[in-house]
Amino acid sequence: MRIELQKRARVSTLFSIVSPILALALTLVFGGIMFWLLGKSPLGALHSFFIEPLLEVWSLHELAIKAAPLILIGVGLAVCYRSNNWNIGAEGQFTIGAITGSILPVLNPDWHSPLILPLMLVMGMLGGALYAGIPALLKTRFNTNEILTSLMLVYIAQLFLDWLVRGPWRDPQGYNFPQTKSFQIEAVLPEILASGRAHWAFIFAIVAAIALWFMMRFMLKGFEVSVLGQSERAGRFAGFSARKMVWFSMLLSGALAGLAGISEVSGSIGHVQPSISPGYGFTAIIVAFLGRLNPLGIIASGLVLALTYLGGEAAQLSIGISDKVSRVFQGLLLFFVLSCDTLIHYRIRLHFGRTRPAEVAG
Amino acid sequence: MTLSAGPTSVPLLSVRGLTKLFGSFAACNGVDLDIAPGEIHALLGENGAGKSTLVKMLFGVLQPSAGDILWEGRSVAINSPGEARQLGIGMVFQHFSLFEALTVAENIALSLDPKISLAKISDEAAALSKAYGLPLDPNAHVADLSVGERQRIEIVRALLQNPKLIILDEPTSVLTPQEADRLFETLFKLRSEGRSVLYISHRLEEVQRICDRATVLRHGKVTGACDPKQETPGSLARMMVGSEVAQVHRDGSAALGDVGLEVRNLSVPARTPFAMSLKNISMTVRAGEVLAVAGVAGNGQSELFDALSGEFPVTDDAAIRIRGKAVGRLGINGRRLLGAGFVPEERHGHAAVSAMSLSDNLLLARSRSDKRAFLSGGAASIIRYDAIRSAARRICEKMDVRKSGDDPLAGSLSGGNLQKFIVGRELDRQPTVLIVNQPTWGVDAGAASRIRQALIDLAKAGSAVVVISQDLDEIFEVATNIAVISEGRLSAAEPAGSLTLERIGLLMGGIHESHPVPEAAHAH
Repeated sequence: MRIELQKRARVSTLFSIVSPILALALTLVFGGIMFWLLGKSPLGALHSFFIEPLLEVWSLHELAIKAAPLILIGVGLAVCYRSNNWNIGAEGQFTIGAITGSILPVLNPDWHSPLILPLMLVMGMLGGALYAGIPALLKTRFNTNEILTSLMLVYIAQLFLDWLVRGPWRDPQGYNFPQTKSFQIEAVLPEILASGRAHWAFIFAIVAAIALWFMMRFMLKGFEVSVLGQSERAGRFAGFSARKMVWFSMLLSGALAGLAGISEVSGSIGHVQPSISPGYGFTAIIVAFLGRLNPLGIIASGLVLALTYLGGEAAQLSIGISDKVSRVFQGLLLFFVLSCDTLIHYRIRLHFGRTRPAEVAG
Repeated sequence: MTLSAGPTSVPLLSVRGLTKLFGSFAACNGVDLDIAPGEIHALLGENGAGKSTLVKMLFGVLQPSAGDILWEGRSVAINSPGEARQLGIGMVFQHFSLFEALTVAENIALSLDPKISLAKISDEAAALSKAYGLPLDPNAHVADLSVGERQRIEIVRALLQNPKLIILDEPTSVLTPQEADRLFETLFKLRSEGRSVLYISHRLEEVQRICDRATVLRHGKVTGACDPKQETPGSLARMMVGSEVAQVHRDGSAALGDVGLEVRNLSVPARTPFAMSLKNISMTVRAGEVLAVAGVAGNGQSELFDALSGEFPVTDDAAIRIRGKAVGRLGINGRRLLGAGFVPEERHGHAAVSAMSLSDNLLLARSRSDKRAFLSGGAASIIRYDAIRSAARRICEKMDVRKSGDDPLAGSLSGGNLQKFIVGRELDRQPTVLIVNQPTWGVDAGAASRIRQALIDLAKAGSAVVVISQDLDEIFEVATNIAVISEGRLSAAEPAGSLTLERIGLLMGGIHESHPVPEAAHAH
């Protein structure tokens, strides 16, 4: 017997719309089975995981806080992936963006000026973009694989951050905790509403998503991204440069990851510490694909993935299971998204050995 | 075993009602076919007629949706190429599956039982190639061999299995006339031994010359079974296309105008180990002229196209001039702005993106040259979809592009219709210089004649046209002058009227008067 994927003659429009929802439903079913195996009531656990966080205002604010970096990074990655450049190192660009953006408040804690915040944001974007420029340079110069280089740079960035906050940037009055001084009030990203903590990063995320959606849908640049992503040769025929596209897409996604990084540090944390991200840069890859690499879809998928983070925290408190469960959910979700998408384009055929006797006459 | 029996006995292979569905589309629809022992049987049809699908089912690559295959009168199921080989079916594909870095013997060994030693295989291959008039050095590296020699490897590889039926898919599309003649002799020898040959082609003259019987396919159905020697090329073409193929006609030669394209001593080193370098190429094409560049595939045609189109600009700016302006270092869009248009060989993934709509594919080639019409919003370059769609509609109407829906994906069109669109996309701009690589490669007869006519008409309207082609019939139909490319060198252009097929064949084999090297094609 052999299993074959056979391309479907036509792709059902209904199922391409339903597919992400189907993937979500399957994730819930298998998540329920997992809770049941852990000895918890599946329905109760799912309720505290996915419903409870949505019932209170403060936790909706938390949702926006968690969704903002996922969406910001996710839309940048979507452009990258559409152009066939595989930036896996958004986590590193996020970290470097947080560091470069924090240079001003950390080194000038007494500078009280309304200029400081915009400058921090710009420097965060620059830092993220430059860090993503390293794999871009290596790819265009030496034809290295950007998946490997960008991923390896994540660990360099994280260790660099660790060294900074334990060494030169450590707050002398911080009781030896590895963290910087808290940012002055001018360097903190303000909240959107008085009702909770959600800050401007969420606005940035929505604006970035809409702007990139417009670019991909209506501008020649977006067309260039799609053409080069599907065929470099056709792109060359159109007069587009694949090399410049490597730079464009990497710098863009790096800048957005950097913006997410400095926004997170400035808006949610208020100082720099060794751990500033629960893996936003990696989760954003799932966000990008769950949103079908469409910036508007990514707003929705970013909120869904943010919910798995919140749910993990809530489930830890209310039913006492490890917050690693949220990782499992993210993994399940990515798996089902990819397999649902595959089954839209292909059907599975099983071939059984049905050979009839057919010896050759001599 | 009655290998030498006449066609009255049980057919070697019979196919009854064979159907293959891809989704709801029937690539083959109730096909009947009989191949007698010891005959050369032609399978004729346009592109997309279902020839390859049929053959893939016979060779076990695809499984039929319905119908029966009878081998020597018994019903069989062929589940894999391995089972087909066991039955006694050998196949030579159009696109060779050879490893360029390995030797001939190693390539043959890959398809055989791994226990047989390489030395034994070389000996057998050498003996077979001698017996069938297919000169081949088992120790040569495939990368050094011509296309004709590579095909011989495939044939020898098939013959080593001692097959009763050999399937050849478009075998002469890549051969020089001399190489093709040699292949025919081999086929006759196989026939005289009582083996059968299923010969897939769209070259009518060839089929008439060598085949005993022919089955014609159209839209997945058999439209005729005949003795090709009793038919005329016209009647065969009618069965293939369903209507009379329009004859390309040219009334008188147009007066030649200014020089449109001039190439002087263009040399380009090979970009990859397997590419061909261009050596000292010169040509001049005037308005009103069609210069055809003939040659066997892989002799520098695509490299020449890359250099002329500016997809890979060259270092010497003055080596290429468009309308007198040096453009060697200019990119493709800069050359388009000077009035040049380009049609590359490969439709999918080069001239067009299959997963994009026709209107997107129109923008692909003309985003810069038609900036005013197709884009707005200044630096933001907002795409004007309405303008592009109506231009795409205009092109489809003009070139008679048959499609489903208003603006379908390029990949959903048949090869011929997509090629008509790609050529039409350039013609719509009225280019003063048009450079086309293999304009009708893999295109059905109807579309091919339309494209050729369009090229002639464009030249007559005062453009300089370069047609790079392997198809000699096409070249003689459209060309006013012919030059031959071989091993990256281009012969001097000569008027089409004064060149004979034999002479072109010699030039294609790399034999120029300047350096007569006998058997140069496979010296190494």
